[in-house]
Amino acid sequence: MPEWLLWFTRFENTKVFALVLFFVTFCGILLYVYTGKSRTERLESYRFIPLDDDDSDLDAGDGEVKQR
Amino acid sequence: MAQAGMGSTQQYNYEIIRKFAFMALVWGVLGMGAGVYIASELAWPFLNFDIPQITFGRLRPVHTTLVIFGFGGSALFATSYYIVQRTCQTRLYSDWMANFTFWGWQSAIALGVVGYMMGYTQSREYAEFEWPVDLIILVTWVVYFTVYVQTLRRRSQPHIYVANWFFIAFLLVIALLHIFNNLAVPVGLFSIKSYSLFSGVQDAMTQWWYGHNAVGFFLTAAFLGMMYYFVPKQAGRPVYSYRLSIVHFWALSFLYMWVGAHHLHWTALPDWTSTLAATFSIMLLLPSWGGMINGIMTLSGAWDRLRTDPIMLFLITALSFYGMSTFEGPLMSLKSVNALSHYTDWTVGHVHSGALGWVAMVTFGSFYHMIPRLYDTRLYSTRLVYAHFWLATIGIVLYITSMWVAGIFQGLMLRSFDDYGNLAYTFVETVAFLHSPYMVRAIGGMFFLTGILVMCWNVYMTIRNARAEAAALEAKLAAKMARI
Repeated sequence: MPEWLLWFTRFENTKVFALVLFFVTFCGILLYVYTGKSRTERLESYRFIPLDDDDSDLDAGDGEVKQR
Repeated sequence: MAQAGMGSTQQYNYEIIRKFAFMALVWGVLGMGAGVYIASELAWPFLNFDIPQITFGRLRPVHTTLVIFGFGGSALFATSYYIVQRTCQTRLYSDWMANFTFWGWQSAIALGVVGYMMGYTQSREYAEFEWPVDLIILVTWVVYFTVYVQTLRRRSQPHIYVANWFFIAFLLVIALLHIFNNLAVPVGLFSIKSYSLFSGVQDAMTQWWYGHNAVGFFLTAAFLGMMYYFVPKQAGRPVYSYRLSIVHFWALSFLYMWVGAHHLHWTALPDWTSTLAATFSIMLLLPSWGGMINGIMTLSGAWDRLRTDPIMLFLITALSFYGMSTFEGPLMSLKSVNALSHYTDWTVGHVHSGALGWVAMVTFGSFYHMIPRLYDTRLYSTRLVYAHFWLATIGIVLYITSMWVAGIFQGLMLRSFDDYGNLAYTFVETVAFLHSPYMVRAIGGMFFLTGILVMCWNVYMTIRNARAEAAALEAKLAAKMARI
């Protein structure tokens, strides 16, 4: 096994490596999601997708048969 | 509704959703019935009747399999097929493949539970299926994944809505968990029996890596997908924050994968492993509550809906239970708390506050929204939805409070010492103490079971009315055509 791969087999290295890697990734996601005005607008516009394919209100109707 | 209703036979594949929704209710009644029966067996042991097939040990996996995979699984197939079509505004990919997933999944459940009653089990919690059934599930899952991804690829919407992200995570992780947890060597080609590839503490760790991620990705992530579609839809308003839902997704997906070892505190597992799992469990509180707040705040500015809409009541109560059980979970994962709670009924109560309060309630709310739309009709009775809601809520409260009393007292009794360092209570004294909470738990289960029976009646009448309407409409059209 190459020397550089052996480095990963030691817990004292990989624990810190994994911590830094995942923490930086998470911070990156946070920064991406919560910065940039146009990006914010674009991301928040996706909230409306379920409502795009809307239908009439069919909730009520206690015991009644809907008349067409 | 015209587009999604009568015209939907062409636009969307609703037939497969109807089938899965129907079977979810069938398995739900059978599974919850089995749950009430085994709860009663614990309170009144004569109910075992010395018949091996219905003893607690065999019926318990029947109950868990039916409610998790039969009821929960079929509900997820139904709602995921509904959501992916509606949010992508395209028809489901391949009708025959979707049908294959239906028959594959239902046959695996039926074969599994009959096998358990006959004594065939590989004794891995929530994965008791023997290897031939595991293979059926594997093939079904691959087809399910193909149908889902291909439908996403055919979408009319440029963006994939976040509910679908949760379903994709669920599909990928369950495949991973199912394959690795069930690696086993069959005794023979024609033998149902097999032995795990792992042994000792590695086997225990693999099982709980699977077990808790099944909770995380089957019972949480996938039902969050359901929540992210049906809560905004029923509320008629968009989700509170789309950006929060993105952070919720990534944080939850990453953190859940590490927490399984908190089931193995104070065992032969290396101490650092279970400490790591406890640490991640505590961190998991943040995305869980972020998601809960995101769901509940969707109703911000329209709280009055809770006074008039029982479906909204189901969905918001489900989110409240999600918040409660995701607070209780990290608490119980702490080593000091776990020393008291583990091996007691507190764990059972915790599981059911999540399973009944979150999983079942969000499913009921989603089904009440979805089923009338599948048949292009209205719900038969909103009063019956209210009745169901209160039966379910009272049932859950009785269940979890009795299990808190049972578990905490049981734990305290088992760790009590007298002045001379001897155990203060014998084991049988703890069993005698449990009798009253067990009776209350069985009664709570009966309430919950009655609730789903009320729902089945309501759904049956809804479908019957829909068919009557469709027949009347057809007769009218035929009469008109005859006149022409």
